[in-house]
Amino acid sequence: MTDDIRALTDRLADEPGSLAFLELADALRRRGQLDAAYKVARGGISRYPGLADAHDLMARVLSDQGDLAGAFDAWSTSLQLDPMRTSALKGIAFLYFRAGDRNAALTHLERALEADPDDLTIPQAIARLGSEPRPTAVAEPSGAEQEQPAASPVPSDRHGAQNGAAPERAPAAGVFGTVEGGDEGLLLVDAQGLRLAGRLNGTDGDAAGDRVAAQLAGVSREAARAARLLGLGSWQTIAVESPDAHLVLAQPSADAVLLARREPSLPLGRVTLLAERAARAARGWLENGA
Amino acid sequence: MTATQAALDRVTRVPGVRGALVISAADGLVVAEQLMDGVDGRAAAALTGSLVGRLGRTAESAGLRPPAFIHLRADAGGVLAAPGPDDLVLVAVVAPDANLGLARLEMLEAAGRLG
Repeated sequence: MTDDIRALTDRLADEPGSLAFLELADALRRRGQLDAAYKVARGGISRYPGLADAHDLMARVLSDQGDLAGAFDAWSTSLQLDPMRTSALKGIAFLYFRAGDRNAALTHLERALEADPDDLTIPQAIARLGSEPRPTAVAEPSGAEQEQPAASPVPSDRHGAQNGAAPERAPAAGVFGTVEGGDEGLLLVDAQGLRLAGRLNGTDGDAAGDRVAAQLAGVSREAARAARLLGLGSWQTIAVESPDAHLVLAQPSADAVLLARREPSLPLGRVTLLAERAARAARGWLENGA
Repeated sequence: MTATQAALDRVTRVPGVRGALVISAADGLVVAEQLMDGVDGRAAAALTGSLVGRLGRTAESAGLRPPAFIHLRADAGGVLAAPGPDDLVLVAVVAPDANLGLARLEMLEAAGRLG
């Protein structure tokens, strides 16, 4: 047993109600310990039947085990819980392609593209659907492939950006021109943690903005999951009070997050209104093709 | 009555609060809870713990001290979180018509007494 799996196993034993099962099952799956991964994933689903992540993980385990019908069911459940989940849409597309149903595969890839227009692997897979004779046109959504883009038949700009390559979209200027304070203290971030627009005030504005953007990757999905599982519907804003500043997050689109930062002397309610105005400006910018 | 129970009592007395719990931020486990029926304490703890952790890292990346209070506002209510000492977080699940101002004050006061 490797150290990381041992540590995760110990953590799950100590805290059986935690979400550590997600990491542990995926680590086991990536190491080919599929039976163990299945048991851990199944235990997690029994505790968190409403967690899309758990069903997505189970689907990957089952897919790796060759149980494609089971994987289909698990990805379908994941999609019922999170209809915009691109990994599940890509997984089902892969299964349809394996089954020879290119139209259904295409339909699911197009839905995935709607959900995540910045995932360049999707249009590439769509393009290859028409030319690839064997079922490799659709990138198999196994964790190994997702996490090792160099081995993927479909190149991923997302991973390139994480590895230091230039992001596809450079931060734009003037998105928040009509908002009080302009771009200063406002940050528009995509689902991959890349800064799309704005800058944070501080001694190293752009660098701080990039660091914060990286931390915000996935926050929208996490907030959506929390709100949904607690029966609260869709999330609108997240207000964060620090002794040094007030931060408010808003959601201009399903794939982007807007952060507004202001001094703590400004009432939090006003920062929230500012964030909502900035989110509307960002939504217009995104809908007009950025 | 322990400090934890006292904290939960204070918060759940606020109009519109559907339940409160004290969680361990590091692992998202429930330490204590007072919840109305229909509120999943384990899910609230795990998901709120994760979100609080992520927002704490975000604040750190921006050069800020850790958050003192967090409010997730959603269509049908919200989640409030006030980190306290010893990695504990006081969490409240609130209805849309909750008195947020009072809940915030009570939570900030109560969170400081946890541990």
